[in-house]
Amino acid sequence: MATVVDLREAVAGLVRDGDAVALEGFTHLIPTAAAHEIIRQGRKDLTLIRMTPDLIYDQMIGMGTARKLVFSWGGNPGVGSLHRFRDAIENGWPVPLEIEEHSHAGMANRYVAGASKLPFAVLRGYVGTDLPKVTPTIAPIECPFTGEELMAVPALNPDVSIIHAQQADSRGNVAIWGISGIQKEAVLSARRAIATVEEVMEELAPHPFQIVLPAVVFDAVAVEPKGAHPSYADGYYDRDNTFYEAWDPVSRDREGFRSWMEEHVLGTENFGEYMESVRAEGMVAK
Amino acid sequence: MKGNGETGEAAASYTADEMMTVAASRELKDGTVCFVGIGLPSEAANLARATHAPGCVLIYESGTVGAKPDVLPLSIGDGVLAAHADSVVSVPEIFNYWLQAGRVDVGFLGAAQVDRFGNINTTVVGPYESPKVRLPGAGGAPEIAASAREVIIMLRHKTRAFVEELSFVTSVGHGAGGGSREELGYPGKGPTVLITDLGVLRPDPETKELTLVTLHPGASVEEAREATGWDLKVADDPGATEPPTERELELLRDLKARTEAARGGAN
Repeated sequence: MATVVDLREAVAGLVRDGDAVALEGFTHLIPTAAAHEIIRQGRKDLTLIRMTPDLIYDQMIGMGTARKLVFSWGGNPGVGSLHRFRDAIENGWPVPLEIEEHSHAGMANRYVAGASKLPFAVLRGYVGTDLPKVTPTIAPIECPFTGEELMAVPALNPDVSIIHAQQADSRGNVAIWGISGIQKEAVLSARRAIATVEEVMEELAPHPFQIVLPAVVFDAVAVEPKGAHPSYADGYYDRDNTFYEAWDPVSRDREGFRSWMEEHVLGTENFGEYMESVRAEGMVAK
Repeated sequence: MKGNGETGEAAASYTADEMMTVAASRELKDGTVCFVGIGLPSEAANLARATHAPGCVLIYESGTVGAKPDVLPLSIGDGVLAAHADSVVSVPEIFNYWLQAGRVDVGFLGAAQVDRFGNINTTVVGPYESPKVRLPGAGGAPEIAASAREVIIMLRHKTRAFVEELSFVTSVGHGAGGGSREELGYPGKGPTVLITDLGVLRPDPETKELTLVTLHPGASVEEAREATGWDLKVADDPGATEPPTERELELLRDLKARTEAARGGAN
């Protein structure tokens, strides 16, 4: 059962070195505050799982947090490359990064199997592509009823999944509305789960396209206003395109990246302080 | 309504990119269910919606069905896609219940590299284990290319993009040509058209090799050949793309201006 706690305590207690960790969010509600706390606490050797690694995984990879990445699309959406991700794969900096790559459909179905506690999922895809040649977690399987050849992908069951949501109620039930991506499956497939939220309400009110994840599926809920910046939280704030663009030059250069991370992330106590720090730098919209 | 049935005066001046977007938008018939990639495909699909195809149902992989963005999204899950959508569903639902189930008429894709049979690479340039350039990866493209009834590809014509041999096959077009796509068991027809900034290529009905069938105004067969990394097949008498009409160009520029203003406004 979820308890509303400080994010620092949640990460300290629930994220361990060597864990397989999924911080999910499909453009919307990306859990930046939680990613920064993992970096601040110096976690190592993580297997990072995410369909769409973007800025936060670029930061975690560049800080040497990860030894492996399981993903389906890695880029800075609308801007270009993730330079730390590329440097790790192309040059092994700061540490070699093992990769396991799928398509979005493959990753989505892996989470579905994980949430269902089934060993694998089947889908129609991958045939004729080079992905099965480089990714051992894609294998053909014959349908026992029709004989059709399909592709099987193993379940994903992260040690910890972390999501950001708009609201929780005082009992720890968590509400997401708007684009909810893969977050429900990420939480239900995980052994432990953390949600950061914009705010805690006495009662949750209905919103269009809302899902509610009951408190029983979380181990901790932490309040982190603006905790998904520079992505957006429908009903709270817009996507900060300025920051996505500003990230490109910061991350191009190893030294520039390290000093930026030291100043703004390692040099701050929490996400609120971090936001003040990057705002002062002029990297944040408004 | 026919895609290219727009009437109007040809515009006085326009860029090659504008011609490409307009030509691609005309390929989308009104009322089709279209799975849209970000960037150029999204621009063309929304131009189609603003001109001859207001009834198109645009699907983005973040789970928005019937998206009606008033500005172009920078990323695949921007709030503007959900704001006026007919429905917003989860990511497994969009790939399983919509795409894999055959509910998508047209997949609208970009690419980093394409070969003569419309196979796509968005994974690596160079060897996989030690890539020269690591690209973003597959995203939704392999299953869009597999399961959409047909696929439209947009890509600027350059030798480094139109290659003899792909470093990596991320998404299957017509495989090794001829009947090889059918043999792989894919339900959709595969790429039916490739629109570039120089012209329009369509697969040969038998061999499935992409053939230059139409040139945009001002482009030449020689120019297209030079920008293609293989020996480009050209139709006996390639046609000419109708230039953008005043209306198409005005709506496209409006859309881009609104997008710029919205991005500036958010800053």
